[in-house]
Amino acid sequence: MITIDFERCKGCALCTEVCPKNIIAIQERKHNAKGYYTAECVDNEKCISCAMCGIICPDFAIKVER
Amino acid sequence: MEKVLMKGNEALAEAAMRAGCKCFFGYPITPQTEISAYLAKNMAKRGGVFLQAESEIAAINMVLGAAASGVRAMTSSSGPGISLKSEGVSYIAGSDLPCVIVNVQRGGPGLGGIQPSQSDYWQATRALGHGDFQMVVYAPASVQETIDMTYLAFDTADRFRMPVMILSDGLLGQMMEPVVFPQIEVKIPEKPWACCGHKNKRPHNIINSLYLQPDELENSVNERFKRYEIVKRECPAAESSFCEDAEIVVCAFGAAARIAKSAVNTAREKGIKVGLFRPQTLYPFPVELIEKACRKAKIVLSVEMNKGQMVDDIRLALNCRLPVEFFGRHGGNIPTVKEVSAQIESISERIK
Amino acid sequence: MSVVFEKPNALCDVSMHYCPGCTHGIIHRMVAEVIDETGICGNTVGICPVGCSVMAYDYFNCDMIEAPHGRAPAVATGVKRANPDTVVFTYQGDGDLAAIGTCEIVHAAARGENITVIFVNNTIYGMTGGQMAPTTIPGQITQTTPYGRDPKVQGFPLKVCEMLSEVDGVALAQRVAVDSVAHIKEAKKAIRKAFDNQICRRGFSIVEVLSTCPTNWGMTPSEAMERVRTEMIPYFPLGVYKDAVVWEDKTKG
Repeated sequence: MITIDFERCKGCALCTEVCPKNIIAIQERKHNAKGYYTAECVDNEKCISCAMCGIICPDFAIKVER
Repeated sequence: MEKVLMKGNEALAEAAMRAGCKCFFGYPITPQTEISAYLAKNMAKRGGVFLQAESEIAAINMVLGAAASGVRAMTSSSGPGISLKSEGVSYIAGSDLPCVIVNVQRGGPGLGGIQPSQSDYWQATRALGHGDFQMVVYAPASVQETIDMTYLAFDTADRFRMPVMILSDGLLGQMMEPVVFPQIEVKIPEKPWACCGHKNKRPHNIINSLYLQPDELENSVNERFKRYEIVKRECPAAESSFCEDAEIVVCAFGAAARIAKSAVNTAREKGIKVGLFRPQTLYPFPVELIEKACRKAKIVLSVEMNKGQMVDDIRLALNCRLPVEFFGRHGGNIPTVKEVSAQIESISERIK
Repeated sequence: MSVVFEKPNALCDVSMHYCPGCTHGIIHRMVAEVIDETGICGNTVGICPVGCSVMAYDYFNCDMIEAPHGRAPAVATGVKRANPDTVVFTYQGDGDLAAIGTCEIVHAAARGENITVIFVNNTIYGMTGGQMAPTTIPGQITQTTPYGRDPKVQGFPLKVCEMLSEVDGVALAQRVAVDSVAHIKEAKKAIRKAFDNQICRRGFSIVEVLSTCPTNWGMTPSEAMERVRTEMIPYFPLGVYKDAVVWEDKTKG
């Protein structure tokens, strides 16, 4: 499973593109203190903990656990 | 203590090693090259680092790195090279790092000449780099004083965490005199701010001169200027001779002061009430000391090896209370005792 | 639950100032991971450049010095010579390293200075708002090449790894990219090697990282990654340009 740091994420969406399970998306409901709409995991059940999202994240906003 | 005959530049280099200078970075330029040559021969043998850099700019930044990592570091050059170092000096001042910079002056501007000069007075005391900052500037007038001031320069730099310059010149650098190296136990203060690895025992140190918030930058400069106030209180030094009753005070520093001294002695023999005031620190300028030396003075004569630079500071120090005249030779020319004596005699005639 | 991936300890727990999608963060993280893996944080001194990564001193958990523009290799030399047991790295952009600091980098390399250089090449000056860099590709539009870089007027880009591979003091010159997970993994290995070289006193190591600047390129982060693949890598081919031992380590058998 992944945890995305809401305040650290800048919504660059790079993680959404590398996720092999297509379970990360940018949410547009609520922006963080910096004003960014952030990435969120839409289905953590499907996460295979490959850490590709964490590796591409420029803001080390993603923690991956297994 | 043993007296040895030494060249000014070599004496400075030896004194630097004895004062605990661990790293020297420089680039060849006349007339300072003997400093590099002497250190190249001796530094590594005594556990220090000598490195000839690819440029003056690199040399001063190597000094920045070494100073930031907590060791005593020095560079030396002459006018054109000092100009190149100005970037690094500003960063060193802005990062509150201690180091010693030697300028063995030659004539300028531009490539100028390679003969002795004092034409970098303004550069040293006013504007060696961008931004609000100062360096302490020592002006030796003999080989012995070059040695003594080298020890002092490292201590002052460490104490106030600021760059310190020894403003020598081609004459002092190249001449030989008998000297004694003081038997002082060198005490280098602890530097808890240094970047040498935190060993997982303290938060990480940052050496930096960037402050993007105006208030932070203003505060950091204000804090530095508070230290300059202590420097101005405690560091000014000067030598006065025959000033008690002097109606004419000749003011000169460094090599020019040696000539002025002979001229003053000659004039005294002729019954002229003349004294000599020799600043040993150019920043801070010895304001109170010159005021004291000029108590009986009717006129001041500044003798310099330039077009008249220190004369500004004398006028400022005396608040233009007295007329301040100037005599100088430049371009590598050294004023003669005869020329200076003639100036003193002419002034003496005029003020009768 | 066990942690598979998280922020390395050698990075401070702060949010960085970089623009969304800027790959500086990925490169910072790789450097920090290597510092963690090799256990050298307490013994490392990093040198920041002038440019977008000037404030890296607030992000790395080791001692940090901010150098004048382009002078990081000279500052690193001072630190390393004064304290040879510290691990010293510089982190420099293309303007810093390949324009104003060309002299310092070439001579640090020529001396075989035992330091690690992370060279971030995104073919543009980011901090000042997108001007031509020494690595700007022919035809590339920037603020100061509004009609595209014309080699007849502005000359050609510098290929730093190729140039430094001819310098005797260089132990490692390798170009990597961060446009994909696979490339990031390769880049990490190169950075690890550049630090290992220093720890084993093998000489000067430089890793050139092809990076992005979505803001000044006028692209989305995703488009910027695509540009690395389609425009940058063909002009600046990835690979190991030099891998040698300059100095034999006398401290180890």
